[in-house]
Amino acid sequence: MDKPFAITLNIGSSLANHTGSWRNERPVYVNRLPPCNDACPAGEDVQGWLYEGEAGNYEQAWRNLVRDNPLPAIMGRICYHPCQTACNRAEVDEAVGINSVERFLGDEAIKQGWQFKLTAAPTGKRILIIGSGPSGLSAAYQLAMKGHDVTIRESAAAPGGMMRYGIPAYRLPREVLDAEIARIVNLGVKIECNSKVESAEATFAEGFDAVFLAIGAHLGKRAFIPAGDTARILDAVSVLHMTADGQPPLLGRRVVVYGGGNTALDAARTARRLGAYEAIVVYRRTQEKMPAHEVELREALDEGIVMRWLSTVSRVDEGKVTIEKMALDDSGFPQPTGEFEDLDADSVILALGQEVDLSVIEGMSEIKVEDGVIDVDGFLMTGRKGLFAGGDAVPGERTATNAIGHGKHAARAIDSWLQGENFVHAERPALAAFDRLNTWYYSDAPKTVRPKLDAARRASNFAEVVQGLDAETAVFEARRCLSCGNCFGCDNCFGVCPDNAVIKLENGKYEINLDYCKGCGICANECPCGAIDMEVERS
Amino acid sequence: MSTPLKFYQVGSFAVGNRLVDEESLSEQSRPGRTNSLTSGHRACQGCGEALGARYALDAAMAATDGKIVAVNATGCLEVFSTPYPETSWRLPWLHSLFGNASAVATGVAAALRAQGKEDIRVIAQGGDGGTVDIGFGPLSGMFERNDDVLYICYDNEAYMNTGVQRSGATPPAARTNTTHAVGANPGASFTQGKNLPVIAMAHGIPYVATATVADLHDLEAKVKKAMTFRGARYLHILVPCPLGWGSRSEETIQLARMAAESGLFPVFEAEYGEVTVVKKIRRLVKVVDYLKPQKRFAHLFGANGRPDLLEAIQGIADRNIAKYQLTDENTQEVARG
Repeated sequence: MDKPFAITLNIGSSLANHTGSWRNERPVYVNRLPPCNDACPAGEDVQGWLYEGEAGNYEQAWRNLVRDNPLPAIMGRICYHPCQTACNRAEVDEAVGINSVERFLGDEAIKQGWQFKLTAAPTGKRILIIGSGPSGLSAAYQLAMKGHDVTIRESAAAPGGMMRYGIPAYRLPREVLDAEIARIVNLGVKIECNSKVESAEATFAEGFDAVFLAIGAHLGKRAFIPAGDTARILDAVSVLHMTADGQPPLLGRRVVVYGGGNTALDAARTARRLGAYEAIVVYRRTQEKMPAHEVELREALDEGIVMRWLSTVSRVDEGKVTIEKMALDDSGFPQPTGEFEDLDADSVILALGQEVDLSVIEGMSEIKVEDGVIDVDGFLMTGRKGLFAGGDAVPGERTATNAIGHGKHAARAIDSWLQGENFVHAERPALAAFDRLNTWYYSDAPKTVRPKLDAARRASNFAEVVQGLDAETAVFEARRCLSCGNCFGCDNCFGVCPDNAVIKLENGKYEINLDYCKGCGICANECPCGAIDMEVERS
Repeated sequence: MSTPLKFYQVGSFAVGNRLVDEESLSEQSRPGRTNSLTSGHRACQGCGEALGARYALDAAMAATDGKIVAVNATGCLEVFSTPYPETSWRLPWLHSLFGNASAVATGVAAALRAQGKEDIRVIAQGGDGGTVDIGFGPLSGMFERNDDVLYICYDNEAYMNTGVQRSGATPPAARTNTTHAVGANPGASFTQGKNLPVIAMAHGIPYVATATVADLHDLEAKVKKAMTFRGARYLHILVPCPLGWGSRSEETIQLARMAAESGLFPVFEAEYGEVTVVKKIRRLVKVVDYLKPQKRFAHLFGANGRPDLLEAIQGIADRNIAKYQLTDENTQEVARG
């Protein structure tokens, strides 16, 4: 006993006192499904690749992105970005410009020459893909990455499908399209152009183990319209296709487009670029009911396209179109009013929707066709074993992004099927909803607005309309991501714990020290992105 | 005030960020922080005072290269950190009596000066009871003599350690075990209270500041700034107490934030008796949003509630907002209720 007066015990640290035994709830780090990822038809891990982009690791960001979508430079231009519609940041200030960052990464990849890295060993399986549009290319890429031998047959002179023959060059420059297709070809995918497949059934006899039908919907819908002998009537799909082929049709100075979808607007904007000084879009319903995307309408109006709402084309004669005014009835359907009006028009372009050319499956009675599209099961397989189908040829939303999702889905299903298994989807985590965010921690910053070419200049040629982000603005935009439901390393949990019970790990992640965590829940409450759950302790 | 981190993802509000450069990191985001008050202490779940003490002392340790002596008044902070023979303190720490922390700190500072060790700095700390009531005489003396001590008051608005009795810092209408929620004027009475930051300013000392545990960057900047002055300094930190306030343990920081964002707790800095900087309200909330989650104000709500008293408390916040000019053109009004 050589302790000072009145001291009988050795000095100890409170670390001996394991306050974790007080706890009746424990914090657990979780990964939730951000709304952007949830909304993406191609299933992109948007938050995941933005996370890399935030640090300026653009190549890694791109590599994470192309796991799900091999065409980011293309989709960064033409996707209608449902991810941004779903973005939680819209409730704080404005949605993150995901699409523009995607485009930046895609362009950067082209500039830097980044290629896909093939790691899978060859499987010896041969797969034929009919059609080289977005779903065909997406499936080809995913299958090639799994080691399969992939051949694409394309009926047109160049690959790309609707991306080349439906989407005008001012929205998607052809060198971008070519560069992203070339990267897939570099992976060993063979693309045979000018090679129309007459019968899907016959291809199996050539020794293909599976066939993916990605034929799209390229036939313009016709409607019966009384017309004089000399009336000039074309369909929008052909107009866009011929323009893409460098042989634009003669449309004249005044063009009327009939229809209300994106194709109608593309046709009208293309007509303007081909020299028409007046392009009028006639649509039988109202702006609210119009299927075309709002952005496209805005850009079309900016370019001087004129809209005639609530009108139908009732007769076409040389140099003249007769339209009838419509009125909405109580159930919201347009009804004829008997009131007519003549418009000057050198030609009329019909943009009334597209149909699938089903000749390729003619005689295959095991395949069901409903409403003009090919019926498929949950694995995108048709009634013919080994024949899969996706994209615009099957039921679903007809967008390029959806087609890329179909391609990925079909590739996984084909890969599993070739191994005699059924593809099983990974379980979807719970949604990272807005009410789980602690928005206090996010500062307000407006979206970087992509500069636009002057509308007048734009209308006169096929130069690209929307300009991209640069390295500096892309990182700014990426950093606006709230990282909903997934830890982004803000140190809040580590800082706000009154018991120092959060450990900061070398890899930037965190761990709860359950010896001392009392389960107060401050870390979960102050987590900006809702990546911590409190779970009841089980004794 | 707040470190202006140009960070569009989380602004300058989160503790840190994986992308922030080394020198802009808050002390609390550094894995090598002092942890002046370490794990295993016996504070309640969600204790604001434990958090505030670690924030403040870690910042002071960083500002002085670890040369700090802390003197502690009696109170929760002393009781939960040092049950004999254990201690949670990882810095030289003294405890004497409830009321004399500032006098002891004065003595420590004098002794260090006598030994020529003026690089070693002294902090005295206590709760609101030990500061605004019991220790007020010695504290005022320390101010008046301008002793080289930073006094930090962790204000949880009552004597929590002894079972939630009213202090001079208890807000009007709050229920405590000595101000029951009964009668015509339930809870603590509406008086001028004892606004110690203002009283400290009246002493004309070099530096006075208020802060909350809800804004770490602001708090750390104030501690570091305080350490640049010699002479008496006073820092008043609002630290919610889940036990005494009847609030949920996870809401500690959120309540501190709302106390400031409602205007009830003005966050400012003053030098030599004059207010120099005011932290503007970012998202203005009504006092009812701040009071409602606290059971100590439960008698003001519901069928037999007292909207008149709620209005009177809103009046206090409004007067603070006007007096300190707590709002500006960037302030957003947040409708909740």
